[in-house]
Amino acid sequence: MLFWTIVKVSLKSLLANKLRSFLAILGIILGVASVIAMVSIVNGATLSITERIKQMGTNLLIIRPGQGMQRGVASSSNVQTLTLNDASNILNKVKYIKNMAPIVNGNAQAKYMNRNTYATVVGTTLAYFEVRNFQLDEGRLFFQSEINNNAKVAILGSAILEKLFGKGPFLEETIKIKGSNFKVIGSLKTKGDMANMDEQIIIPLTTGMKQVFGITYLRGLDIQVETEEKIDEVEEEITTLLKKLHRIKPEDEPDFSIRNQKEQLENLQATTQTFTLLLGGIAAISLLVGGIGIMNIMLVTVTERTREIGIRKAIGAADQDILQQFLIEASIISGLGGVFGILVGIGISIGIESIFPTFSTKVEYSSIVISFVFSAMVGIFFGYYPAQKASALNPIDALRYE
Amino acid sequence: MIQANELRKHYQMGTETVHALDGVSFRIDKGEFVAITGSSGSGKSTLMNILGCLDVPTQGEYILNGKNVSSMNKRELARIRNREIGFVFQNFSLLPRMSAWENVELPLLYAGNQEAQDLAKSALEKVGLGERINHEPKQLSGGQCQRVAIARAIVHNPSIILADEPTGNLDSKTSDEIMQIFKDLNLSGRTIILVTHEGDIAIQCKRVIQVKDGKILKDYLNN
Ligand SMILES: Nc1ncnc2c1ncn2[C@@H]1O[C@H](COP(=O)(O)OP(=O)(O)O)[C@@H](O)[C@H]1O
Ligand SMILES: [Mg+2]
Repeated sequence: MLFWTIVKVSLKSLLANKLRSFLAILGIILGVASVIAMVSIVNGATLSITERIKQMGTNLLIIRPGQGMQRGVASSSNVQTLTLNDASNILNKVKYIKNMAPIVNGNAQAKYMNRNTYATVVGTTLAYFEVRNFQLDEGRLFFQSEINNNAKVAILGSAILEKLFGKGPFLEETIKIKGSNFKVIGSLKTKGDMANMDEQIIIPLTTGMKQVFGITYLRGLDIQVETEEKIDEVEEEITTLLKKLHRIKPEDEPDFSIRNQKEQLENLQATTQTFTLLLGGIAAISLLVGGIGIMNIMLVTVTERTREIGIRKAIGAADQDILQQFLIEASIISGLGGVFGILVGIGISIGIESIFPTFSTKVEYSSIVISFVFSAMVGIFFGYYPAQKASALNPIDALRYE
Repeated sequence: MIQANELRKHYQMGTETVHALDGVSFRIDKGEFVAITGSSGSGKSTLMNILGCLDVPTQGEYILNGKNVSSMNKRELARIRNREIGFVFQNFSLLPRMSAWENVELPLLYAGNQEAQDLAKSALEKVGLGERINHEPKQLSGGQCQRVAIARAIVHNPSIILADEPTGNLDSKTSDEIMQIFKDLNLSGRTIILVTHEGDIAIQCKRVIQVKDGKILKDYLNN
């Protein structure tokens, strides 16, 4: 029999039992939709976390003195091992470094008129803005001369600006940091990320070392590597170089720590992959349950339509024709379920995003393809047994069946 | 055209063996119009089903148009049912929820015939149902259903038409109309074998084979 005729015949018999067909299709819809929605949620979460990590700057290596980084809170404030000499050595001897920003920082009170707030004061160079991906909002950055001459100028993070000035004018105004006067020359665009990056006041490195903190060592070195592929290589070279400068044997623990942004991203990816597999797997089980639903309904259909099968065989349908018809019916159920499941899944993930604005979702095309192919296979797999059963019926037995 | 040699069909019912057919031999030639008669349970349907390739004999040989059907596989039997035999059932056996037209088309669709629609329509016109081709079985009377079934049996122009009690579910007036269709088909050259237990149907056929307990009791010509 012609393929399209079988499709027509199959459609007719599905339409003849609308409620039942719908329920079978519903099982597949739920399965496919949940796969797509689940994967899109994990995906969206991954993307937004990745986005935040990248907002800290791209291709970043963050060097801190001491070993404290692993325990979360930096216990490095009194470790004096990282110096400007280290910085210039790294800059001269290690290749593929795009930017390097030496840092001294600490918490300090900032005051303007009668308002005051605690801020992270960062003394650094112009490279810092590039390395950490800060955008100037108003005003200007430091002049090189201001950095050379430890000028008392400050650029405010958006949260600090808000706290000290509200909506009022601030350029050329004078604020007090740890009691000394600073001129505000600019403000930064909001980053809105998790690391309190907007609560910084940035001042020239020299000013920070000499005036504010009174130290001769660095509290950190932020390095931007030229390309992502070079990050690991650069990290290794810096480790070797710093150990040599600090007279530490290669096999001993270093007196500094390096945080590698690429590693962070890779760790994140590994975690989310686990989540994708876990949630996707749970959703896939529901797809399987949908498939069992198809089998159930097809088995009922075969029993119910035994006489029909007998009649078809009596007028010349071969086993093959009957097998095809029932397989196509199962495929139509799973195919329709797949298509609507994809639509519902996309709808759910869009819906989640609009109901919970803090949640972001992203529908993965591969999850669409995989769940559709999987649902089609489920249909054919679970449709095969009933179809086989139908086609193997003896014509005369089928005709006599009451 | 049909040659049956010592056909036997046994059913095992527990310890007892039912001899539904117990050695039946006959020959039917092209153009004959044969009635198979006998009381209920005598083996008429069993014989008919074997002749229609719906069932296979336990023993014996069935030769149809020179081919030994007894040694064919399922696929070949399906092909014979599809191309060479038209079968009419007592209970019409139409597919529900499909129009008369679609029902008649079906054998041709299984045969892959491209002109199925046209041929089905003209078959329905031949049995006098040209007006009702889009009706479903439940919208048709018994007589009309049986006409659809006959149209379906003749649509692929088979050499033999088999009918198992085709008038069994019909009143006498409708029975006469259906018999008239069979007579016309026979006049146009088709071989017709029908099963009946009614004497006044059998008498309208040219030849009568009377069966009893799975054996042929009488085989005679009407004049
Ligand atoms: N599938 C079957 N299983 C067991 N016995 C059967 C079966 N089919 C028919 N028979 C028996 O075979 C005999 C002939 O039946 P059948 O050919 O249907 O008779 P008829 O059509 O002449 O009334 C009956 O005794 C019937 O009970
Ligand atoms: Mg009978």
